[in-house]
Amino acid sequence: MTSEYDFLKKFLKSRSGLVLSDEKQYLVESRLMPVARRHNLNGLSELILAISKPGSMSLQNDVVEAMTTNESFFFRDKSPFENFRNVMLPHLLEARKSRRSARIWCAAASTGQEPYSLSMYLKEDKAKVGSFRFEILGTDISTEVLEKARTGIYSQFEVQRGLPIQMLLKYFSQQGELWQMAPEIRAMVQWRKLNLLENFSHLGEFDIIFCRNVLIYFDQQTKIDVLNRIYRQLPDDGFLVLGAAETVVGLTDGFEPYPNLRGVYRKKQAASRPAGSTSFTRSTATSPSTPGTTRPTIQALAGGSRFSA
Amino acid sequence: MKKCLVVDDSSVIRKVARRILEDIGFEITEAEDGQKALDACKASMPDAVLLDWNMPVMDGLEFLAKLREEDGGEEPVVVFCTTENDVAHITKAIRAGANEYIMKPFDREILSAKFQEVGLV
Repeated sequence: MTSEYDFLKKFLKSRSGLVLSDEKQYLVESRLMPVARRHNLNGLSELILAISKPGSMSLQNDVVEAMTTNESFFFRDKSPFENFRNVMLPHLLEARKSRRSARIWCAAASTGQEPYSLSMYLKEDKAKVGSFRFEILGTDISTEVLEKARTGIYSQFEVQRGLPIQMLLKYFSQQGELWQMAPEIRAMVQWRKLNLLENFSHLGEFDIIFCRNVLIYFDQQTKIDVLNRIYRQLPDDGFLVLGAAETVVGLTDGFEPYPNLRGVYRKKQAASRPAGSTSFTRSTATSPSTPGTTRPTIQALAGGSRFSA
Repeated sequence: MKKCLVVDDSSVIRKVARRILEDIGFEITEAEDGQKALDACKASMPDAVLLDWNMPVMDGLEFLAKLREEDGGEEPVVVFCTTENDVAHITKAIRAGANEYIMKPFDREILSAKFQEVGLV
């Protein structure tokens, strides 16, 4: 099993960035045996042999999907959503008031609870939001979870983890044992398959990027690379939200913790930059409307393949 | 320590709920129907009530209505915990003054999450 496990480790690292530590070996069997059965393969050895062959793309995708963790729930960890509602949202409503639009990206959105939680808060605050337009994009490496996210159908267990009962009544309709997100909430989010290891500059600029509980699966170099590329998608006053156990400390000098908001980061501000730094010349106030900044709409992205990497 | 009254006619459910709620820092008392629960509340108001719906003698909904009429009866946070899992029941419970609602079966995560939701954890 050792050389097979090593092969699998290398395969997952190169395909999804996932670092499979040796203590995670127990996961391999429970996650991959169902995949092997679905493809009529007799056990893990046959499965691993099969993905090493050319032309096994669909099997390879299934293996990556099965091994990437998809746990998610509504309003997970609470504080990121409170911060969104109390700080980020008021900031954007004010700072983008002439443009009247802002863009939010939930990277590694899994089964959709995170973008839908944001959408529900936007609906709750509709008196403040008014005609200001928010585009929310949810991406994930897994087609299967995105399909579920798109339908917005959740089990009784899923709707009870983190979702207040009043919101369940308000924003879901019951279908037997299942609950479906209301059409007006679903319509607020666009979905797109995306591997964070690949180029994502074509997605354009986002005012807020949620990238929670995905960097923890990457090795140091991959974390740095992803953070550096996220940096380029944010305006100077943009927000980066990481998971509760994640940090930029020791990974990049570009970001600093947002004062008093746990898990929220911003681009390093002028005063705290080293003297002589030339890479941060745009002022916070003007950057969002800087001429030439590319901001393709999500509709445009969803509409065609011309933006594909 | 915050006090939670666990009201359910099933001793198994009471035991499971007790174990979880004790772990997250509650002091637990138990009652097996609405009437006994109401008596317990009259003697000493708990901070929270975990409440089954269908019980002999007095059901959960009737208990809730009576509790809210009591002196200080608007104080306890009431979390329904029942197999009734349709919109009509949930709406009825919320209108009667329930603060949260758990659809059985539940697990440790759901129970903890719901008690967090109502600000008790």
